Amino acid sequence: MAAQTPYGWRRDTDGLGVWEHRGKVAVAGFGHSPVNRRWDETSMDQTLGAYSMLACELAMEDAGVTPDQIDGVICCDSHIAGSSGGTASNWAPRPYFDPPYDSEWGLTLVNGDWLVKQMELPNVKYAPSNVPTIGEMMGLAAQSIADGLCTTCLVIYPTGNMEGRYRRGGENAQDHADGARQWTFPWGNHGGNDFINIFPHNQYCLKYGGTHDDVAPFVINQHRNGLLTPWGYNASSGMVQLTDEDYVNSRYILNPLRIFDCDRPVNASAAYLVTSAERARDMRQPPVYVLNHSQHNFSQRTTQPDLDEIEDWTDRAAKRMYEGAGLGPADVDIFNPYDGYSIMSQFFLEAFQWHGVKRGDSFAFYADDIRVEGPHPFSSSGGNLGNGRTRTAMYTDSIEQLRGSAGPRQVTVRAETALAAFTTPSSGGWMMFGKHPS
Amino acid sequence: MPKIIPVPDELSKPFWDAVNEKRLSLQNCTDCDRLQYPPRQTCMACGSAEKLEWKDVAGKGHISTYIVIEDGRLNRRMPDQPYNLALITLDEDTSVNFYSNLPGVPPYEVPVGAAVQVIFEEVGPVQLIHEWQVVS
Repeated sequence: MAAQTPYGWRRDTDGLGVWEHRGKVAVAGFGHSPVNRRWDETSMDQTLGAYSMLACELAMEDAGVTPDQIDGVICCDSHIAGSSGGTASNWAPRPYFDPPYDSEWGLTLVNGDWLVKQMELPNVKYAPSNVPTIGEMMGLAAQSIADGLCTTCLVIYPTGNMEGRYRRGGENAQDHADGARQWTFPWGNHGGNDFINIFPHNQYCLKYGGTHDDVAPFVINQHRNGLLTPWGYNASSGMVQLTDEDYVNSRYILNPLRIFDCDRPVNASAAYLVTSAERARDMRQPPVYVLNHSQHNFSQRTTQPDLDEIEDWTDRAAKRMYEGAGLGPADVDIFNPYDGYSIMSQFFLEAFQWHGVKRGDSFAFYADDIRVEGPHPFSSSGGNLGNGRTRTAMYTDSIEQLRGSAGPRQVTVRAETALAAFTTPSSGGWMMFGKHPS
Repeated sequence: MPKIIPVPDELSKPFWDAVNEKRLSLQNCTDCDRLQYPPRQTCMACGSAEKLEWKDVAGKGHISTYIVIEDGRLNRRMPDQPYNLALITLDEDTSVNFYSNLPGVPPYEVPVGAAVQVIFEEVGPVQLIHEWQVVS
């Protein structure tokens, strides 16, 4: 499959106005593999590749679509832990298995080409390479459908995890630091989103009042929502409800950041079936329309973003999204921001002013009723803290809430619009879904 | 344990050369009159590459906030855990900040808001890094 020439699909600048394809693209299906803590290294039906194929099959089944109808496959070229994962990032040098697991493909890597071949999808004409992560990938899919590059597209996001402590190897085990790492590694900062957000979070506590552990009600509620999500790691692994006592007694990672503020790496895959609104209306499920997609990639001024910079970035991202969707804060019913580290969610909540939450209000909001049954069902998905590091729960829950099929997580407030994202304050993307096309 | 050793590249070499001479020298855009750290190919404000020059700064700052690394991912620093990681703002331009382990300050006992002065610490046979020390 030849790689497609990249085209300007991103909506990543200010002032673009309402998305011209608003309501003309829809999500018609989704599928989740089981979520394991790690691949056990022996079960070939639980590899990252096998799970990705399973997720695709479930998404097609959900939509009532057959393999011959698929003409687009958009898959993030997944790496288990990136270059910082060391031995945990690759299966090699261990011997490979029988085909199709005779290379890293399907074990630690999955992409569109590999999936098209393994799933024998006969009519795929669009399978771009160098696909970004799920936060931008959903936007790429929506724009690709709108621009006519394909009509019925599978969007796949695999997240792998093998034995060994996550990201304890590779460049993180080296004695020298080059590139961007020369400015952070010597002092102990490995450069992840935990570090990026913990300093602004400390400044947030100082500026607005409160302490780190004021995020506890949010984290605990994420676990609660996760236990209401059958496919998620917590619910499917027999986890028990996190308590306030568990949280405040948990160990620190980057004090004040605790272990329960961090999502749990897992081995899983999810797939979405994206198509035109017109086609979706003839499929099995009620369409969930895409009202806008937007992206951002802001450059930090200096070594470490501070609170002012984070608030500026998230304000700009919110303005872009609302403008493109033609909606405002009061119009958003379901709000599923990224929560890979609990400390970044308040920045998104306040930027988007969901349920009127302004800068500095989040801790009081968390202490109120944010349960799915209550008046402010914040992050009804349970996110990554409640389901494991799939980075897809936010999208799936948004779709289910608008379909009215979220089961015990179904909110009791209106559910006609939903915002979902896998994004950090500096980079990523947002997607606005609607129960109706306009 | 020794710290991780930075590897200079073409862009950062003037900075690290200055550090090895115990000077803190930052990029400065003469058009914008604005300091820039870490170094970049162009000025973040105006985009100029020609107007960027290196400028020695006094190396005085203040502690903005800090964390304590208790379970980090960098193998070489694990024996040091727990250790402070402070955010230092530069007095000459508070929009410029640096990391510091605050040598001499016990973990968890960081005086937020205190004045600091740049010092230089050997991390390899021929490589210093910039660190920050609380001014008593």
